[in-house]
Amino acid sequence: MSATHTISDAHDHHHGPAKGLTRWLYTTNHKDIGSLYLWFSFSMFLLGGAFALVIRAELFQPGLQFIEPAFFNQMTTMHGLIMVFGAVMPAFVGLANWLIPMMIGAPDMALPRMNNWSFWLLPFAFSIMVSTMFMEGGGPNFGWTFYAPLSTTYAPPSTTFFIFAVHVMGASSIMGSINVIATILNMRAPGMTFMKMPLFVWTWLITAYLLIAVMPVLAGVVTMMLFDIHFGTSFFNAAGGGDPVLFQHLFWFFGHPEVYIMILPAFGIVSAIIPTFARKRLFGYDSMVYATASIAFLSFIVWAHHMFTVGMPLAGQLFFMYATMLIAVPTGVKVFNWVATMFRGAMTFETPMLFAIAFVVLFTMGGFTGVMLAITPADFQYHDTYFVVAHFHYVLVPGAVFSIMAAAYYWLPKWTGYMYDETLGKLHFWLSFIGVNLLFFPQHFLGLAGMPRRIPDYALQFANFNWISSVGGFLFGFSQLILLFVVIKCIRGGKKATDQVWEGAQGLEWTIPSPAPYHTFETPPDPKLIHAQ
Amino acid sequence: MSNDVSPQNNKIVVRKLLLAVVGMFAFGFALVPLYDVICDITGLNGKTGGRVSEAEAGILVDEQRLVTVQFMAHHNAEMGWNFEPSIAQLSVRPGEVNIVSYRVTNPGTDVMVGQAIPSVAPNAAAAHLNKIECFCFEEQLLQPGESADMPIRFFVDPELPDSITKLTLSYTLYDITGKSDNAQAVAIR
Amino acid sequence: MLSKAKLWLSLALSTLLFWSAGLHAAWDLNMPRGVTQMSRDTYDLHMTIFWWCVAIGVVVFGAMFWSIINHRKSKGVQPATFHESTKVEIIWTIIPFLILIAMAIPATRVLTAAYDASESELDVQIIGYQWRWEYRYMRENMDEEEVSFFSVLATSREEINNGVDKGENYLLEVDRPLVIPTDTKVRFLMTSADVIHAWWVPDFAIKKDTIPGFINETWVIVEEPGIYRGQCAELCGMEHGFMPIEVHALAPADYQAWYAEQQAGVRQIRELAAAEMSMEDAMAQGETVYNRNCVACHQPGGVGMPPVFPALTGSVKATGDVAVTMDTLVNGVPGSAMAAYGRQLNPIELASIITYVRNGFGNNTGDVVQPSDVTAYIEGGQ
Repeated sequence: MSATHTISDAHDHHHGPAKGLTRWLYTTNHKDIGSLYLWFSFSMFLLGGAFALVIRAELFQPGLQFIEPAFFNQMTTMHGLIMVFGAVMPAFVGLANWLIPMMIGAPDMALPRMNNWSFWLLPFAFSIMVSTMFMEGGGPNFGWTFYAPLSTTYAPPSTTFFIFAVHVMGASSIMGSINVIATILNMRAPGMTFMKMPLFVWTWLITAYLLIAVMPVLAGVVTMMLFDIHFGTSFFNAAGGGDPVLFQHLFWFFGHPEVYIMILPAFGIVSAIIPTFARKRLFGYDSMVYATASIAFLSFIVWAHHMFTVGMPLAGQLFFMYATMLIAVPTGVKVFNWVATMFRGAMTFETPMLFAIAFVVLFTMGGFTGVMLAITPADFQYHDTYFVVAHFHYVLVPGAVFSIMAAAYYWLPKWTGYMYDETLGKLHFWLSFIGVNLLFFPQHFLGLAGMPRRIPDYALQFANFNWISSVGGFLFGFSQLILLFVVIKCIRGGKKATDQVWEGAQGLEWTIPSPAPYHTFETPPDPKLIHAQ
Repeated sequence: MSNDVSPQNNKIVVRKLLLAVVGMFAFGFALVPLYDVICDITGLNGKTGGRVSEAEAGILVDEQRLVTVQFMAHHNAEMGWNFEPSIAQLSVRPGEVNIVSYRVTNPGTDVMVGQAIPSVAPNAAAAHLNKIECFCFEEQLLQPGESADMPIRFFVDPELPDSITKLTLSYTLYDITGKSDNAQAVAIR
Repeated sequence: MLSKAKLWLSLALSTLLFWSAGLHAAWDLNMPRGVTQMSRDTYDLHMTIFWWCVAIGVVVFGAMFWSIINHRKSKGVQPATFHESTKVEIIWTIIPFLILIAMAIPATRVLTAAYDASESELDVQIIGYQWRWEYRYMRENMDEEEVSFFSVLATSREEINNGVDKGENYLLEVDRPLVIPTDTKVRFLMTSADVIHAWWVPDFAIKKDTIPGFINETWVIVEEPGIYRGQCAELCGMEHGFMPIEVHALAPADYQAWYAEQQAGVRQIRELAAAEMSMEDAMAQGETVYNRNCVACHQPGGVGMPPVFPALTGSVKATGDVAVTMDTLVNGVPGSAMAAYGRQLNPIELASIITYVRNGFGNNTGDVVQPSDVTAYIEGGQ
């Protein structure tokens, strides 16, 4: 991508990064942009986490102690929006930026200047979003699913800014995925055939197509909201011939694929880490690719399982129940393949492996509750209770978030050139593991016993498990500061990392020096280095 | 560029993907009329269809069967009008045309425009309740203190599934003064 | 730095807190079995799926942890080299598929039964409002007295704000519960007057959204007399957590007696509405009505939460022309959170709340509004 085509020794490149703030503002380097995404994601993770701790503090005991119900609703809404759009998605885009070019032997992303723009839209979007909380009438208070008419006719005036923020972050996601697709389709090194691509690249390719398909639908939904609020249309207003249930259909047509957007790249990460530390090739590479594609396809025909209680016709309920149950099949194949990869390997348990194993166990538990939720009559009891909260937090926190942490530990030596502090890493893992289970496991019981979600205060029989859940929440939340410390420590120095870093690591990114030079693969790698995964 | 990539290739991919993005944005909007069609077919949400002609009724009256039709009146929380059906329920024979009226009064101090939205339970019956004439087809403008009797002429389709013996027709009344195109309402505004 | 003593003290304190909470709190782990055929079927289905998941979990995690324990590098094992097997992939695609079919069969049966609301003996309308429920018993002709009422949270603000001890049914109690007969097929017709709510009673295994403009139906046959509690399950705004459901199931004879009593009550209110009301009575009843319907937004003392919820003290609408106060209460304020209460409160309640806001909170207008004034306003216009 550089103007000059100097073939330089990797350790002595003479067009390194610019100095100062402008390096980050104007950068088109995939590694810089990857780092920006990851730091942005981490700061949003802390902000969204702080909102979660406000929620858990209020729910520590029955009664209203710290905040008013109106503010509580803003907290649940902002927590959801920030974690989904600000923490998890940008983290995966950051990893894609750092890793995809290095994994496929490309010098950079296909569209570097657009890459810069898609990142810098994000801080702008989230500043608007967070600023709504200081506006008259408060910020969004209708849940991250913003069901109409609560989010239209009955919404605070700041909703217009919320809509604008969603548009901007949607544009950012769409540009990011165009970039990923163009990179994977056009920039692969000679010899890097599709079926030789690492699974992280495969899962991101499929994720990027999902994003292209559904982010515009989300943009359409919020545009309809905007028209309903300001221009007198009645998309979601029964008074003018519209239908509030239509909103839910459109939202979840976006929303369910969105859920897989947040988990497919995680599958890719875990499929990279487990073989490394088991010192054995990934079991069933082909079936992993097909399973990912099947999950992506199924994600388009199951959306209404989020709305079993709206009163659909029986045939509709049955169709969405069966389709949803089907997702368990390809997901099961993935889990079985990971277990088979571990089977008869020679395993060691460094921090990335610990996070990856915890991912497999806890994500699968989230999968089990997912199957339970798919059963329509049982869902009448689970729907909109803490059982659902426990379910999706199990797949998103010890699922998606743990995979991101595993990725951070796994590739950190490649990024910084130094090994991270293994003791602190393990401490971070165990505190997070205990914290996350203490936080979310009791929520299954709360939901089954009858506690609805999104309530600031609850009946006395829910007191015990809420107490435990809050303790777990604070433990998990503050444990994340260890991660921050470990990362900063690792950037500043430590034991030098080798090129391969991990004994069992395979793939192009491990053939280049640690830390990865500012420019890599300006000439394509030797095709002999490209192995089947 | 050393890899087998040219800016040309990227341009093609970007163009195709942007086309897909625009297409999906349009698809989102296309889902709106598509949803209405599905609602009409399945009676989703208890949505009733539009006006049917007089001619379609009375051709075949099922003398063997009696179906109970219940009438309900609901108000949107912002709507202060009095609104209630003249009768609570009616036994009808499928195919025969019946007339029922709702009485409405505007107790407020302003001219107001109301709009009634129909809905039928069970959902499966919605497509079989045919309205020849209904106040829900139009906006209602009432002067302060004015009352009106609003008629509905309807028949139940003889093809109503046998398992349904009772169906409920509900109207929810909305205040649409601020949105109405009615000249008088616009003038007040 | 936290000293050791402080640490122990805080630990001891939290243990104490834990225990004091334990005194009246339960450790419910599972879904209630409930009191209807539907709720028992749902429970059984839930347990069937749960045990399937446990069984699969034992096999998968068992294999995984066995590998983790035995196939570690520290034991000196050499990694195997196998990495694919079409046969195995087919096996673990087909087996889960068969298990899913085994799950889908009972699920389909239970769901189909849940959809049959025909042949009901009693029909009740359930209407969701921000933030209370209205119940209307359907009559066969319009001359009968209509039994309909609002059901509002009965827990006091003092309990919620930790001013006094919380009662046994904290947040799950209402002023007027829904009453239904046992062993009778009761059909519920649900809609909403504003946003989407969801009516949920776990013991009946019923959860249905109430959607503005549309009606949904569901049904129940309760087999045991008793008190059953639930909550709104769909986020519906600020006070979503404070609109509980309380259902009293009575034996059919007791229900008939109760229903007759309610109809008599309707006639009585009609008579009382014609009578004069003293300032004292109006203020006392007005306070009750205020605390049930208005306090969430306009706040104790009428201070409001400006700018969204205006203060009542010194408000032009509360202290100016009586007709304006009446119009605001009866017709609401379009485009705001102020609902039209003309349909939601009876004339006595309306008259007393109008008197209360015009004379409470320092608004000493001295007017006493009579129920007959309100009736005339609503029926005649102006």
